[in-house]
Amino acid sequence: MWTFIHKLGSPPWFFGFSGTLVRWLLPITVTLLVVGAIWGLMVAPPDFRQGNSYRIIYIHVPAAVVALAGYYVMALAGAVSLIWRIKMADVTMRAAAPVGAVLTAIALVTGAIWGKPTWGAWWVWDARITSMLILLFLYLGVVALFEAYENKTAAARACAVLSLVGMVNIPIIYKSVDWWYSLHQPASIKFTGESAIDSSMLYPLLLMILAFYCFFALTLLLNMRAELLWTHRDSGWLKQLVGDA
Amino acid sequence: MPSDQPLLSLRVVFLTQFLRHGRSIMTSPADVANPLLFFFMVITLFPLGLGPDPTRLAALSPGILWVVALLASLMVSAKLFASDFEDGSLEQLALAPYPLAVTALAEVSAHWLATGFLLALLSPLFGVMLGLPDEGLLTLLVSLLLGTVCLTLIGALGSALTVSIRRGGLLLSLLIIPLNVPVLIFGTTAVREAVLGGNPESWLALLAGLALGSLVVAPLAIGAALRVSLDS
Repeated sequence: MWTFIHKLGSPPWFFGFSGTLVRWLLPITVTLLVVGAIWGLMVAPPDFRQGNSYRIIYIHVPAAVVALAGYYVMALAGAVSLIWRIKMADVTMRAAAPVGAVLTAIALVTGAIWGKPTWGAWWVWDARITSMLILLFLYLGVVALFEAYENKTAAARACAVLSLVGMVNIPIIYKSVDWWYSLHQPASIKFTGESAIDSSMLYPLLLMILAFYCFFALTLLLNMRAELLWTHRDSGWLKQLVGDA
Repeated sequence: MPSDQPLLSLRVVFLTQFLRHGRSIMTSPADVANPLLFFFMVITLFPLGLGPDPTRLAALSPGILWVVALLASLMVSAKLFASDFEDGSLEQLALAPYPLAVTALAEVSAHWLATGFLLALLSPLFGVMLGLPDEGLLTLLVSLLLGTVCLTLIGALGSALTVSIRRGGLLLSLLIIPLNVPVLIFGTTAVREAVLGGNPESWLALLAGLALGSLVVAPLAIGAALRVSLDS
């Protein structure tokens, strides 16, 4: 077990291992996404109040769930990088930030598209929407801070500090925005009519959430491999590997 | 490292550092006056932009006062560690055998006394100008006293992270505005509750909790961030 974790910290070993992982993860992700999308968008029954427009939740909810989880992946990688100074943790953190930011943006945009026919407005200052927007700012802050440093080792450590502080803050932000909303918005706007979601709609949703998790892992690995290729472009093991292929 | 001098106690280190920074603030009174002037001037913009209707201004005043206080703290925190970084004294502090968290906290405390504390003390005056009802004035003062502690500490963290970056100003706001959201919500809600005759104490207690929590956590993060900035 420990040797496996130690090996993960070595770029050449990780590059080979992630190559195998990607080879398996790619078909699994594509299958899950296609099956989930067809099931959710075509097979699942329409909602009796919202008709077909509710189907956007099969993109919206998985994106939002994984976007939030992605921040924790990033912050934990930051903690590992700060404590044990493992280079691969830096790479993980750096690779997770843009993916998470894009997923957050997808959740916000799909939410707005859904909100227009349902609530009659593109944007409502609802608690969950607002906290997703703040999550987007937190992600963008990490990306921007990384880009601003010229020394990339220092950049990774600065981002690790920032993302850890952000991780401590996220529950507080969510709770405070929740209280802010519950005090100041009329209760007329509720999160859809579906209090208990029917299993015919729930199963494709769960499948899509799983598919988005796989998608996140896949893009994370691909991002990390691209980063490794770039930073180790002059090192021997990579030349040997490319020479073999 | 052999040394003939015994280590000083952390309390002495804190006090020395606090006084040093306090003295350097005293030498440039403009740095103390500018944020207050900024606060005053931005407050003036709101009646000009929104119209002078007293009832509407009174209803909006808790939010206006708090948002402007947040912006003022954003503005001053950009320069918090800048001069120490440029003249090399930060490097000396990092080499000293004392935790950077303590020396940084001393600087931040002196900075807070000269900015956030003064701003909070003057805030009822601006509240009156915006027509904030009398019941809200004391809560405004207390909420800003507690809230500026959080704002200053978070701003100091942002400053520590960006001090080595040449154009860090805009980046700083991107980094710390999201972290300031809970402070703003608790502060404005407390004032609004007080104006409506409700009970602001629970919100003030939450703010106090945030202030104490950030007093514990933020100096550690600031110390780590300053070391990163020095290494880069």
